Amino acid sequence: MGWLRNNAEPLFEASARPRPALVLSGRAAWGRRLAALAGRALLGGVASVSLLAVLFIFVFVGRDAWPFFRSRGVVEFLTSVRWYPVADPPEFGCLPMFMGTALVTLGAMAVAVPVGLAAAVGLSDILPFGARQALKPVVEILAAIPSVAYGFFALVVLAPALQRNGGRCLAAAWWAVAAPLLLLGAVVLSDVLSGWLPSARARAAARWTLGLGLAAAALWGVARVGAALAAVQLPSGTNALNVSFVLGLMALPTVVSVSEDALQAVGRELREGSYALGATRAETLCRAVIPAASSGLGAAVILGMMRAIGETMVVWMASGNAAQIPRPWYNILQPVRTLTATIAGDMGEADHVTGSDRYHVLFAMGLSLLAIAFLCNAASEAVVRRQRRRLRGA
Amino acid sequence: MKSKGKMSVAVAAVLAAVSLAQAENLVIDGSTTVGPIAKAFAEYFMKQRPDVNVTVSESGSGNGAKSLINGTCHIATMSRPMKDKEKAAAQESGILPIPTVVAMDGLAIVVNPANPVQGLTIEQIRAIYAGNIKNWKELGGPDLPIVVVSRDTNSGTYECFETLVMKQEKILGSAEYVGSNGAVRDRVRTTTGAIGYVGLAFTEGVKPLPVNGVAPKPETVIDKTYPISRPLFMVTNGRPKPGTAVYDFLMLYRQPDGIKIIEDVGYVPVR
Repeated sequence: MGWLRNNAEPLFEASARPRPALVLSGRAAWGRRLAALAGRALLGGVASVSLLAVLFIFVFVGRDAWPFFRSRGVVEFLTSVRWYPVADPPEFGCLPMFMGTALVTLGAMAVAVPVGLAAAVGLSDILPFGARQALKPVVEILAAIPSVAYGFFALVVLAPALQRNGGRCLAAAWWAVAAPLLLLGAVVLSDVLSGWLPSARARAAARWTLGLGLAAAALWGVARVGAALAAVQLPSGTNALNVSFVLGLMALPTVVSVSEDALQAVGRELREGSYALGATRAETLCRAVIPAASSGLGAAVILGMMRAIGETMVVWMASGNAAQIPRPWYNILQPVRTLTATIAGDMGEADHVTGSDRYHVLFAMGLSLLAIAFLCNAASEAVVRRQRRRLRGA
Repeated sequence: MKSKGKMSVAVAAVLAAVSLAQAENLVIDGSTTVGPIAKAFAEYFMKQRPDVNVTVSESGSGNGAKSLINGTCHIATMSRPMKDKEKAAAQESGILPIPTVVAMDGLAIVVNPANPVQGLTIEQIRAIYAGNIKNWKELGGPDLPIVVVSRDTNSGTYECFETLVMKQEKILGSAEYVGSNGAVRDRVRTTTGAIGYVGLAFTEGVKPLPVNGVAPKPETVIDKTYPISRPLFMVTNGRPKPGTAVYDFLMLYRQPDGIKIIEDVGYVPVR
């Protein structure tokens, strides 16, 4: 600003010189200011539409949720596990739905976060350019599949498969996840342990024997657990596991896209600087690129989570909709019911007069979902901001 | 089949008030279970008699009775007989409620075709759905956990099952809820240990079980030997006189087209 004024002032002082072309007549300047104002007002209006939409959603959902809380209170809603909305007298315990939503979302994140982040790192930093060009659109196609198609897949393909070969599916998934991880762990551990030995020859020998021994032990453990899992019988395939897997698949494109963008945004300079200091590719990735992109990666995870929480069709079709808390609570092999599926399933008939509380309880659930989304967003904002401050300080 | 009622009662009341003021209106209010029949009848009837405007609302059997007693509807559709209290209230306001059974509603209890169980009693079904019987071996079947499948609490099918089978008991928490008769059938067809209940028209590919020794068939539903069945009523004020719109509408259930409509929406015509 100061620089501008210093440059501009001499222009107006020197009145003897011819007027520069850029200085406008009073009328034209006024018109221009008005146009700028109108433009700003228009853009401001457009920007505030989304804000107003959120506000109105809160107001209207809250207005229909209020009668429920007024007549039944909050305690039953949040703590009771008995959901009998059409019984006489009705019971509106929504704890199973909150638990179901949480369980299914956690399960989906367990699928989407490791796979999604690994895929993003692979796409942005490891795979050759051609492969990235080919793979990214494929991942994005996952986002374009309608959710009812996912639900159909979960109900018609996955559920019967889980019922017939549930144990084997679980064992295969366990092998796919645990075997590489434990083998990697064995290699790293043998490296670290043998590093304590004094002579180089002893180190090399110890590394090999320790590595092989640990790997064998790890494989034996994996095989034991795998065999135990293979013997599991699933009476019903429409359960939290099924839905978690499919929701994870649905959240995957969000997680991959956003985190890949975040990794790309780190820029070439940082990577080249890191290489210039002698870091390997792995060190560059783990010590420089991923920490620098971590706020974006966090946002990717939160966005994926919101996708999973808000999904309705798949859970309504394939979660079993049993209003229970699984025993034990983390047992994802049992059917569960989520908030979204309850709203979708009960909205049709919940009629204003005959089932007043039954109608309003759905809005109470909607309000809870909104609150959860709001809190998630606020949390992610806070994380991103703190991360940014930390990076700037470092 | 028994589709979901969507009309709000506020709208229905306004419509009823408005339409009673004009002569050629026919207002029907009541059960969500009978609603599909009334709606399909109305559509058919208005094509035959363009001079009559039929309004159907679904506010529940109790509200249907109330509307008839208050004089805000011509026909109350009900999935249960009138209670004594309602009859007394009708008498007080000078209304003579005459019920007509227009169709029968029956539910088949279905299991997977691979399930060797040959039949159940009402008490056993209730115990299964209440969670007191959890394994098929308790019923002479294989050692297999029972997967309990129910319709969503919105449906007339659920309401029928709750009234006729569960009585005062509550369905166990781990029961799976699905959104349509077809979905119940699919879950039962693909799940070995599953049990479900569906309208009589939805037993293809699954095994309908005899209840108390009686197979679920239109004949056994009509002669009331099959226990999970109930009559569906249309209640009028007095016996409608031949020639009136109410009479013509009510008598549709006896005509071939009306019988076909009743079968199409998934109920058993009384013939």
